[in-house]
Formats: sequence, structure tokens, C-alpha cells
Amino acid sequence: MSNSGSQMFGRMKFFIGGLIIVTAVVYLIASSTQESAQYFLTIEELITKGDSIVGRNVRISGAIVGESIQYDPQTLDLRFIVADVPADNKEIEAQGGLANVLHAAVTDPTRERIQVVYNGPKPDLLRNEAQAIMTGHMSSDGVFYADELLLKCPTRYEEAIPQQSSG
Amino acid sequence: MMANLGFGTLVIAFLLSIYGVWAAVYGVRGKKPAWVDSARNAMLLSFPLVTLSVITLIILLANGHYEVEYVASVTSNSMPLYLKVTALWGGQPGSLIFWSWLLAAFASAVTLRNWDRDREFLPWVVVVSLATLAFFLGLSIFLENPFARLWQLPAGIITKAMFQPAGGALFFPGDGRGLNPLLRHPGMIFHPPMLYLGFVSFVIPYAFAIASLVTGRSDDRWIRVTRRWTLVAWLFLSLGLILGGRWAYDVLGWGGYWGWDPVEIAAFMPWLTGTAFLHSVMSQEKRGMVKHWNMVLIILTYALVIFGTFLTRSGVLSSVHAFAQSAIGPLFFTFIALTFTISLGLLLHRWQELKSEVQMTSLLSREALFLFNNLLFIGVLLVCFWGVIFPLISELVSGQKVTVGPPFYERANAPLFGGLLLLMGIAPLAAWRHSTGKTLWRAAWKPLLASLVVVGILWAYGTHHIVALIGFWLAGWVAFVTLYEFWRGGLARKRRFGESLPVALWRLAGRNRRRYGGYIIHLGIVFMVLGIIGIEIFQRETQATIPQGGQITLGPYVMTYDALTNFDTKDGRNVSRADVSVFKSGDFVEKIYPQRDYYYDSQQPVTIPGIRSTWEDDFYVLLVDWMALSSQGATFKVFYNPLVNWLWFGGIVFILGTLVAAWPESESELVKPGARVKSSVPSRMR
Repeated sequence: MSNSGSQMFGRMKFFIGGLIIVTAVVYLIASSTQESAQYFLTIEELITKGDSIVGRNVRISGAIVGESIQYDPQTLDLRFIVADVPADNKEIEAQGGLANVLHAAVTDPTRERIQVVYNGPKPDLLRNEAQAIMTGHMSSDGVFYADELLLKCPTRYEEAIPQQSSG
Repeated sequence: MMANLGFGTLVIAFLLSIYGVWAAVYGVRGKKPAWVDSARNAMLLSFPLVTLSVITLIILLANGHYEVEYVASVTSNSMPLYLKVTALWGGQPGSLIFWSWLLAAFASAVTLRNWDRDREFLPWVVVVSLATLAFFLGLSIFLENPFARLWQLPAGIITKAMFQPAGGALFFPGDGRGLNPLLRHPGMIFHPPMLYLGFVSFVIPYAFAIASLVTGRSDDRWIRVTRRWTLVAWLFLSLGLILGGRWAYDVLGWGGYWGWDPVEIAAFMPWLTGTAFLHSVMSQEKRGMVKHWNMVLIILTYALVIFGTFLTRSGVLSSVHAFAQSAIGPLFFTFIALTFTISLGLLLHRWQELKSEVQMTSLLSREALFLFNNLLFIGVLLVCFWGVIFPLISELVSGQKVTVGPPFYERANAPLFGGLLLLMGIAPLAAWRHSTGKTLWRAAWKPLLASLVVVGILWAYGTHHIVALIGFWLAGWVAFVTLYEFWRGGLARKRRFGESLPVALWRLAGRNRRRYGGYIIHLGIVFMVLGIIGIEIFQRETQATIPQGGQITLGPYVMTYDALTNFDTKDGRNVSRADVSVFKSGDFVEKIYPQRDYYYDSQQPVTIPGIRSTWEDDFYVLLVDWMALSSQGATFKVFYNPLVNWLWFGGIVFILGTLVAAWPESESELVKPGARVKSSVPSRMR
């Protein structure tokens, strides 16, 4: 009787110990997700949302318009315009890959565009038709203030080589 | 010609692997040992075949055969020979064949071992290894062929194909695009192979685990056979992760070493389950417990290895939320799902046979603490996995794409890492089977007191950051417990055998390599924790544009910008280099040279920091921009990273500890399989 009772207790304490850890992990995941979740929007969605999104932490992606890049090395103020690109991969594939999509976005004047401001050293990959992935917030003046700027240039790695070679 | 040879051997190796799988199953089902031997020979032969293919690819890379698309995409005329060779793993097709090659090497090595005591495992080890090999070779042959060539069609279009298209002529570009400049760094030369070695060697313990499940052998033979494999796999994986961190610090130019990037996490996840496994198998070996759990861990590790290979190499994650962009994505997921389901099915099938031999009784026993350690490791794994797949889940559930960044991982993992450190201090003091709070306290109070004294001293000297203090306390706690264990063990030997203390310590570690190797690893972690606290909590940064002769002050350091030089190098770079003098407390200490290398072939600059590095701190300077006329000034980004060198030092200690633990121990082979600590002689004293 007492033997089975202590065995019960023996199992119980492991169960409780495990449960505490599991609860802690679940709590940590849930609360941290809520704390640091970032909405991922296309530029079109960002503009459509209008005032409701002002000040919220979001992540956006767009194609860099080369001639709009302005950089002041004294203050490290970097300004440029990005054009809307689709975020869905199937859509990107259907339109002939990322390089084509970026090119189309920059050359199409009807695309939605926004002004971006970033303070920091000018990234090495910042150039026309690069994909910019930015974290930051929209301000009420319609300018996107980026805290973080990542760049991707699909052209350099994926494009066929022939153009630059003599054969 | 060469390309055909390389591709041909790849195809033969692929067919041979499939044959091997079939022959092994047929041989064991039909009780025809000759077929099993044939399968074994197939596995042995896979290595020279894939080797031939890899050598062919290396020759193509080294000699600039740009008609081969892969060669043109990762090498160029200006690259030195060693970089052309290491470009083998500079892109996806090359790394896949490299992966296959390592696997073939390990699989062949395994066939050469002495199988007398576990003959029944052989066919199933062959099946698992060769099926995995066939999958990777298949990817290389059908989807990511490194030997595909460029052809010019009559219409002038250039196309990529293995075989000559109608009317096509081979196209020979004059130069290639060159390896991504970020990858032209010693850290990047060793980092991927180490990671891959780690990934691939985990296939072997998994193969033995599956063999054990299929044959229904319920003892811990598979664990004993693969103990060293697992440790070596873990060693390489750890080394790969550490080298990756060092590379990021030296090349990526953001002053950090780890960014919770999905690709990093992909390599970190199998490490987590592997580490949990290394601890948990001890409970099975010593007490015959948690057999199901060990199976689950090795199955998970294998799945995560395949998943990690896919994530790190397919590049799908560098785009923000793309999983199925590449054609190989669905295939990888199918393969993972298939192997995972079969493995779990086998485990359920053998569930009864794998019941624990004894019950866990004491909450403070070593095995119970290992269990909690495992739960925490799995907790960290869940955090990482959740972070990686969260964008997918949220999109499925709410249609809204939501991502989580580094703050998520840091916030959720920090308490779990803290818990792991706490256990790292308690577990070495706890006994197997039964341990009470009283006995534990008797062993623990001295190290606990010492660690609290350290925290008191830090407080008195002005460190009031609460998280940092907790971190230092935990680090001190683990360090003192570990050193105390060495001390106790050494002293016991000294008394018993009359050895001098250094000799006693040396023999102590030598006779119990696994235990004391493990403790050395723990000490390595302590040092790494110091470095991580230093850079994560006390890092400071600033940026400024200054004229020549101007100064920037940060922390105890002052830097002056003395000059800028600009020159071309033979390997196709244009280097802009700043001369910077570093002063500490008013005294000149060192000249450093932050530079920016512009690579002509890939038209990409790389920013290389100038670092003044000491045990106390790093002063890390990046040359961000400069005026055409250098007299006008230059922009610098400057980081002050306290204690960061302890991170690298800890990494070295960590690796040394793993080597100690993995070093062949001639005695252990003499121990009877299944011998457990049921006898009254403490194993430590053997």
C-alpha cells in the first residue's frame, strides 16, 4: 500500500518537474512571439493600410530605384525609393524569377513606391534593382524609417554569364 | 570529356547505391548472406566512385573550365588555386556532391570495421547509408548537376545542359564570375566542410539505431558502437559553428558573431539534439533507461541534419520567407517526411522491447538531471524551430505574413540557457540512482559560496547590470563545481596511489576520458559565456566621419585616422586601406588597418575590420566610406567589444575537451557490454 503510494509520488514529482519546464518553454515562446512579431508587408499593402500601420514595427521588401539613392557620408543619412514587388514566391516564379520581377518593378512607373530613410553606413549591395528587405516603421509623413536594411542582388548570382564574356 | 567522366561516375555510384539497398534487403529477407556481402561491397565501392567524380570536378575548377556552368559561377581567372579548389563547396551543386562524397567516405569506413559481434546490423546499416547516399546523388544527377555545360544554340541563345542540345555548340566564356568575395576567407574555407562533416557523421549513429530497431536488438549495443562516431560528429558540428561565428566577426562587418539567422539556426538545431543525445545515452548505458527517448533524439537529429543541409545550401531562406522556391525543396521535404515516418513507425513497433529496465526514483539523481537537461535542450530546439517556421504558420493561419527576429530568440532562449548552466553545475555533483538534497548540498556549498563571492566582487567594482550578474554567477558556479570535481578526484588519487597532484590529475582525466573530457567542455562553455555576456550586454558602438588626423573616442580607446592608401592586388581586388592609430588611456598601443576590398570580377566590395584585440576587450574599426581625396576625411564605424576573446578561447577549450572525450580508450573495449553501475565499486575509482 505505502509502497505503491510512494511509487505514485515518485512518478508524480517527475511529472511535475517536467511540467514546470514545459510550461516555462511554452510561456517563453508565446510571450516572446507576441513581443517581437513583425508584420511582413508588401509596399502596396503598407500603403493600403494607411494610418492604421503608422508607428508599428513592420518588415517590408521592395526593389531599389537606382537614381533615387542619396547618401550623405557626413551624417550617414541614406535615402532612396523602393518600388512594390510581390512577396509570394509562386507569383515571383510566374513572372520569371526575382531578377525579372525587380527589373519590372523599377521600370514600371505605375507601381506603388515609397521613400525610405535609413541612418548608417551605405551597404555594399545597395544599387539599382537590388531587393531591399527593411525593418522599421511608417511615419505619418509617408516616409518609411528603416532600422535595419538587408539587401539581395539576385542578378549577380543567377544571371547567365554570357554578357560579360568574350567567348 | 572530363565533365562526362565526372557525371558518368556519379551515375554509376547512384545506380550502385540503389543496387546496394536492394541487395541488402533481398539478402537478409531471403537469408542469402552472399547478397548482403555484395551490398557491403557496393557500399565500399561507392567511395572511390564518388571520389573520382569529385576529383574530376576539382580539376575542372582548378583549370578554369568555364564551359561547365558551375565552374563559371564560382571561380574566375584571378582567384588563387586554393580558392578555386575550395570553390567545390562554394555553391549548391558543388556542396551537394561534396556532401555525398563525405557520406560515401564514412559509409565505406564503416564497412571496414569488425562486424563479428553485431553481424545482424550490417545489412540495415548498408540500407540506411546507401539510401541516404542515393537521395543526395540523385539530387546531383537530376536537379543540381555540377557538370552541366553551357551550349550556344544556333539562334545565339546560351543554355545550360548536360548533353549537347540539337545544333548546340559548347560555349567557352573567357572568365567566370568568381566566388562570392565574402566566402574568400580562411574561416569560410574550413567552416562549411566542418559543418558538413558534422552533419554527415550523424548519419552513421542513425543507421545503427535503425538497424537496432529493425533487428529488434534492444540492448545498448548500437550506442556503444557509435559512441565515438557521435562524439566526432558533434566535434565537427561544434567546430563548424564556432568557425562560422569567427568568420562572421572577421568578415561580415557588423561587430557580431551570431545573428539568429535561419541558416545559422539550421546548423544549430541538430547540434542541440545531438548534445541532448550525448548526455542522455549515459542514462541508458549506466542504468538501462530512457531507451525510447534516445531513439527519438537520434531520429530527430538525422531529420534535422537533412533539413539543415537543405536550408544552409539551397539559399531559400536568404529570401525572407521562401521555402519552396527551389525545385529541390519539395524533394527534401518528402525525403525527410518519409524517413521520419518510417523511423517513428519502427520505434512504435519496438516500443515494448525498449521498456526501461529500472524506474527513476530520485529527483536529484544524475539520470533525472539529465532528463531535465534534455527537456531544456528540446525547449531551445522548439524555440528555434518555432522561429524558423513561424512565418509559414502565421501565413497559413491568418493569411498575414509575420516574422520574428533575433530579439525573439534571445528573449526566449536566455532563461533556458540559464537553466542549462544551472544544471551543468548540479549534475556533476549528483550521484546515479539516488541523491538527496542533503548530500548534494554538502558537495555544493563551497562552489556556490565561491561563485557568490565573485558576484559580490563584481558588484563592488561597479557591475550592476542584473542579467550580466546572473550570467557571471552561473558561469562562476559551473567553473567552481567543475574545478572542484577535478580537485576532489585528483586528491583522492593522490591519497590512494601516492601520486603528485599534477600526475594524479593527468591520470584521472586519462582514465576517465569521457567524464573529464566532458568537464573540460563545460569549462570551455564557461569561457564562451564570459565572451557572450561581454559582447551582448556591454558592447558599445559609434560612427563618425572625421578628417585626416581626426579622432574618435569610444570607451577607454581613442583612434586617430592617419592616412588612406589605395592599391590593386594581383588577385583582382582594389584595396582601400586606412591607417589608424589606437590609443588607450592616452598611450599609443597599436596601429590597425581597416580596409575595403573591391572585387573586380564580382563587382562587390567587402569590408574587413581592423581589430585591436586583447583579453580584456576588442576595439573593432570598420572603414565605411571615404572621400575621393583622402584629405577630406573618412567614415568609420567603431565597436567596443569587452571580453569577446574569451568566446574564441572558450571555443578552443571546448574542442580540446571533445578531443579528450573522443580519444580512443583501449580499456573501454575490455569492459563487458552491458556492465552497469550495479556493483558497489564507484565507476570513477576504477
